[in-house]
Amino acid sequence: MTDIPQALTVLQAEALTALEATADEAALEQVRVRYLGRKGSLAAILRGLADLPPAERPAVGKLANEVKERLEAALAARREALQAAARAAALAAERVDVTLPGRPVPMGRLHPSTQVLRRICQIWGDMGFQIYRSRDIETEEMNFELLNIPAHHPARDMWDTFYTMVDGILLRTHTSPGQIRAMREFCPQPIRVILPGMCYRYEQITARSEIQFHQVEGLAVGRHVSMTDLKGTLISFAHRMFGAVRRVRFRASHFPFTEPSAEMDVECMLCEGAGCVVCKQTGWLEILGCGMVHPEVLRNGGYDPAVYSGFAFGMGPERITMLKHRIEDIRYFWTNDLRFLEQF
Amino acid sequence: MRVPISWLKEYVDIPLPVQEVAERLTFAGLEVADIQTIGLPGSALPWDPERIVVGEVLEVRPHPDADRLVLATVEYGGGQPKTVVTGAPNLRVGDTGHKVAFALEGARHWDGTSPTPVSSVLKGRKVRGIYSDAMILSEKELGLSDDHIGVLLLDAMAPVGMPLATYMGDVVLDLEITPNMARCLSVLGVAREVAALTGGRVRYPQTRMQAGGESIEGRVAIAIADPTLCARYAATLIADVTIGPSPEWMRRRLRLAGIRPINNVVDVTNYVMLEWGQPLHAFDYDVLVRRAKGVPQITVRPAKTGELLTTLDGVVRPLAPERLLITDAAGPIAIAGVMGGAETEVTDATRAVLLEAANFHFVSIRKTTQALKLPSEASARFGRGVPPSAAAPAALRATELMRELGGGRIARGVADCYPAPQVPSVVVLTTDEVRRILGMDLSRAEIERILTALEFRCEPQGETGLCVTAPDHRLDIGTGVTGAADLIEEVARIHGYDRIPVTEMADRLPPQRDIVPLNLEEQTRDLLAVAGLQEVITYRLTTPQREAQLTPGNDSPAERAYVRVANPISADRVVMRQCLLPGLLEVMAHNARLRDRLWFFEIGPIYLPSGATKLPAEPRRLAIGMAGRLASASWRDPDPSRTDFFDLKGVVEALLRGLHLGAARFEPTTHPTFAPGRTARLIVEEHEVGFLGEVHPQVRAAFDLPPGPVCLAELDLEELLARVPLTHRVAPVPRFPPALQDIALVVDDGVTAADLTAVIRSAGGPLLADARLFDVYRGQQLPSGKKSLAFSLVFQAADRTLTDAEVEAEKRRIVEATARRLGAEPRA
Repeated sequence: MTDIPQALTVLQAEALTALEATADEAALEQVRVRYLGRKGSLAAILRGLADLPPAERPAVGKLANEVKERLEAALAARREALQAAARAAALAAERVDVTLPGRPVPMGRLHPSTQVLRRICQIWGDMGFQIYRSRDIETEEMNFELLNIPAHHPARDMWDTFYTMVDGILLRTHTSPGQIRAMREFCPQPIRVILPGMCYRYEQITARSEIQFHQVEGLAVGRHVSMTDLKGTLISFAHRMFGAVRRVRFRASHFPFTEPSAEMDVECMLCEGAGCVVCKQTGWLEILGCGMVHPEVLRNGGYDPAVYSGFAFGMGPERITMLKHRIEDIRYFWTNDLRFLEQF
Repeated sequence: MRVPISWLKEYVDIPLPVQEVAERLTFAGLEVADIQTIGLPGSALPWDPERIVVGEVLEVRPHPDADRLVLATVEYGGGQPKTVVTGAPNLRVGDTGHKVAFALEGARHWDGTSPTPVSSVLKGRKVRGIYSDAMILSEKELGLSDDHIGVLLLDAMAPVGMPLATYMGDVVLDLEITPNMARCLSVLGVAREVAALTGGRVRYPQTRMQAGGESIEGRVAIAIADPTLCARYAATLIADVTIGPSPEWMRRRLRLAGIRPINNVVDVTNYVMLEWGQPLHAFDYDVLVRRAKGVPQITVRPAKTGELLTTLDGVVRPLAPERLLITDAAGPIAIAGVMGGAETEVTDATRAVLLEAANFHFVSIRKTTQALKLPSEASARFGRGVPPSAAAPAALRATELMRELGGGRIARGVADCYPAPQVPSVVVLTTDEVRRILGMDLSRAEIERILTALEFRCEPQGETGLCVTAPDHRLDIGTGVTGAADLIEEVARIHGYDRIPVTEMADRLPPQRDIVPLNLEEQTRDLLAVAGLQEVITYRLTTPQREAQLTPGNDSPAERAYVRVANPISADRVVMRQCLLPGLLEVMAHNARLRDRLWFFEIGPIYLPSGATKLPAEPRRLAIGMAGRLASASWRDPDPSRTDFFDLKGVVEALLRGLHLGAARFEPTTHPTFAPGRTARLIVEEHEVGFLGEVHPQVRAAFDLPPGPVCLAELDLEELLARVPLTHRVAPVPRFPPALQDIALVVDDGVTAADLTAVIRSAGGPLLADARLFDVYRGQQLPSGKKSLAFSLVFQAADRTLTDAEVEAEKRRIVEATARRLGAEPRA
């Protein structure tokens, strides 16, 4: 007579060994069919159950169920293990050399002058100074006379000027004529404007000088605008533009259209004020010229200088960019070499 | 202006280290651009105080073995005198008593024979058999100048044995003089600033002449034709003067200040000019008498037509009528304030000198200087303004110095023609006005202290005011509100800008405005950068020829009216541009060697002369230039496609979309710059805003661009941005799924994509949400002269999912419409 319990034990041992030996899911399915399928070994053994005496059937039946459950659990575990291995193998096969360069993304960029102009205008905009755009080609009167620079005045020597073939018309040497245009447009309202634009100078093109360059002029006019305001406002600007820890100083200077006039220096950002080649060992960089609007200029703009006062300032975005990034040749700006532009 | 500290100290105490004085001057607006140290620690080669001393030549003997060398025995204050070998031509056998700079063994000095600055250490050695362990130094060996012809001869008073650094070491301040500081083109002017900044007082030099001669009256007559051009003409006379070299101290000061010493008379004119800021001129009086055949009649007047003058540089100069001249009865003798004449100049033979101290109007001097291209120390001062009051003290000072240095007898008095004496500026300044401008309170006493230190005269006026009279040397002080501003600047800069407090602006914020075109322009820049284009900024000065290269076949570019520069700096920057494309093409050509993707844009003005006004129009343009590959070649894509017309059009379309410009279309057109058949004009809301296309091969070659399509667009930015809607509606995102249908339609080759798309859209009705062309086919599967255009159609309803039957009906209607209107057939 067949000993069913023993047969179950043998079958369990055989089946577990066979599961262990499977290498893939197909083999696993064969093993399942062979042992657990409807026509498999376990089913065959269970068919002998009917021949047993009724008293023995419950115990043997229980044992048979336990074997079946154990094998099914082992089968599931094996399936999981094989799937995990297959996934791992697939991923291993898809490995790439992550050190290969990335696909180049064709980037567009703004010109460095545009970038710094925007930054400057944004800071001033936050302080209520709005952009006022003025023309490039100007009258001598706007560019000089109305700014308190009469013809043949020694102050004219401060600007080397491109004149046009039309008498009295020139390429503006600074953005300051925009001051007069803004004042005449807004008088008698108070004014806070910022005037960015291209300026022109009769100069040899060298590493240090260019025939065209941007300037940003600023102008505030009102009934209560004073030199303490000028200092406070420009220091706020410098702290945002160059960093809140930068020291700022003001020196007396001369511009015909402001009085008192000043130069504002900012602590050198390259050497932190210790002295370097860029700041010529002084620890300071000359950043902008400024001053209280000259009474004549206020008058020419339509404001009574006994009632109104104002301050004005001017700076060169290219110069600021050069100082910030240690650029030693101003010609880079209009050469538009991508090896330069791509660095911004 | 170069100011030796040793000279400055003669007029003002310097209680601070030089560095600190320089800083104070700089902060007060007199910028010290450079500090040069001579002989003292801090100079390139300090003079060793132990080893370079003042020596006295006791004896000069011949060298036994060399004709060109001599033996000089020098007393130098240390033990036995030393005998040295020297070849200096200014030490001759028999000379004695010369004071010299004497270097002992171990002293470091400059190499006198090297063309470049090389220093060496003095070592004892035999020269032609005679041992020598010391040396008499030349100026070059001391680093004073390039002069190595003879040794430096010091003044007779130089104390033997004193370290040379103590005797004549110096520091020279190099000052940048702004136009308002012209008064500091003099050592006294700088001394006044130092005094005001340090609480010191200026010691003015003696201006009394020891006049031992007869009166000048009757020995010269002076007339001024136009007192607005010449406010004053003063002259003194010194007879029996001996022309010779100036003493070493004066030559040294002149040299340190940057002026070459000549002879005692000329040197004195320069010395006093540097001291007072008043240019002087010395005439040979005997020559004037000879020319006049009697008493010289000096007249200051504008030139007459045809007059000539040989100036002291030997050049014969024709004199235009606006030139102001010094003349006598025989004609011109000097160009006023600019250069003297050769005939009347002081020479070694001069015995009597007529010294001119005059005042000329700065505009006249500037015009003459510019016209004749004759800048000089004198014209630099006159051209910036010299106070007429300075003429008399300078004349007295100089004449007396001439007597001291050259002997002779000074004629009594000054021949002084001064028709309209200088009127000082008087300004009323109140503490309120100071507070209004500076924003800080300064007491009347403090304001008065500062102004008095600058030699202004102050009288109290009212409760808070001062009546301020400017000193004669201040020509820069105006009247009224301007005068007050001038004084406030003085107060602020002497008080110190660093002591002005800092406030936030309290004044009313002006009305805030948005400048729409400017915002849109910046948005345009952003959109193009996002589309992958690099912004460039090019020169706005160009040439007509460059622009003409855009229109091959047009050989007459000069006919176009340009804004033309009257004084161009170079031949390739002569007119203001009227087109952005040449600049862009040059940028592309420049970068073509460096990068394989050339996608650029520029936004900026062009300049169009307008007949109606003198000022040109400055409309703003947008230019786009695209060429090369779509991306840089990489290992992922070793051969990226080339940019063509449709990449450019894609960028323009993206821009239009980004600006929410709806009604735009591209029409085929022709344009000389572009290749025929690859050119479109852009129409926005029925306005032409520009052209785009592939550049004509001739244009491409003219700008040296490599082969391959070069795509350009130039758009009128103002026309374009004017059509941008202030706002646009955003459609809701559909809640129901769209139905997608592709159709391919075969049409005649002449039917454009735009024609077919328009028919599809109009036939499609409200359910057709989009019709996107995705394929164009011509070829064997189609009859010749036919092409197939395939569209992806998107049908969408806002309130339901469309049924197949609905979509099918829509599609059928579209197909029928295209068949009816364009003869299209669905492709099998």
